[in-house]
Amino acid sequence: MDNEIQVPINSDQDIVIARQKGRLLAAALGFSSVDATLMATAISELARNILTYAKSGEIRLTAINGSARRGIRLVARDQGPGINDIQQALRDGFSTSGSLGLGLPGVRRLVDEFEIVSEKNRGTTVTAQKWKP
Amino acid sequence: MEVPILKQGDFLIATIQAALADADLLHLRAALLQQVVRFRSRGVIVDVTSLDVMDSFASRTLREIAQMIRLRGAETVIVGIQPEVAFAMVQLGLKLEHVATALDLEEGLAHLKRKSESPA
Repeated sequence: MDNEIQVPINSDQDIVIARQKGRLLAAALGFSSVDATLMATAISELARNILTYAKSGEIRLTAINGSARRGIRLVARDQGPGINDIQQALRDGFSTSGSLGLGLPGVRRLVDEFEIVSEKNRGTTVTAQKWKP
Repeated sequence: MEVPILKQGDFLIATIQAALADADLLHLRAALLQQVVRFRSRGVIVDVTSLDVMDSFASRTLREIAQMIRLRGAETVIVGIQPEVAFAMVQLGLKLEHVATALDLEEGLAHLKRKSESPA
């Protein structure tokens, strides 16, 4: 599949690059302006988490061009400290609103499917999918 | 990418561009505060019409800018939040509490003029 985009996340500039690539991909797949913005915002937050908690990692975007449906798979991967308590991290209000913190419940609301795998001292992988309605 | 700040009478107008990284936002925060002091400005407008993503860092920095400027006795208005951006912000759970917002530059200026004529 040639429609895979990989963006290394090592600085705040990389967050901008990742979300711009996400928006372009969403536009190419025919996402609405609202859905493209939701996707770009999700990418921004997940890339920010990588930078804040793991210092570096990568964002991978894949166009899913199936016969039944089209969408984007977003994978945010790092080899950082991992999330201690995923259930707690997914609870609203765990991170103080709009400030620093994982903000994962918010990101989950921006996409259609959302999954986290995290292992202590091995890293975290967040996989999110958004379908074109 | 540096954010241009324009002085118009008692007010300052900062126009944010789309590809704004965290460092640029922090730079804007410092530059605005410095210029509010220097020009004894009564109000600041931050125009985010071109901003295509408002994430947690951007909204937190805008809140901080408004709070700092309020401590100087001046008022901040955020103008031009795009409808898609507003939608994403609400979904993400971001709030711009205690920060004035207006539809566009014109309404933002009108808000600041009202405020500076009749201080609460």
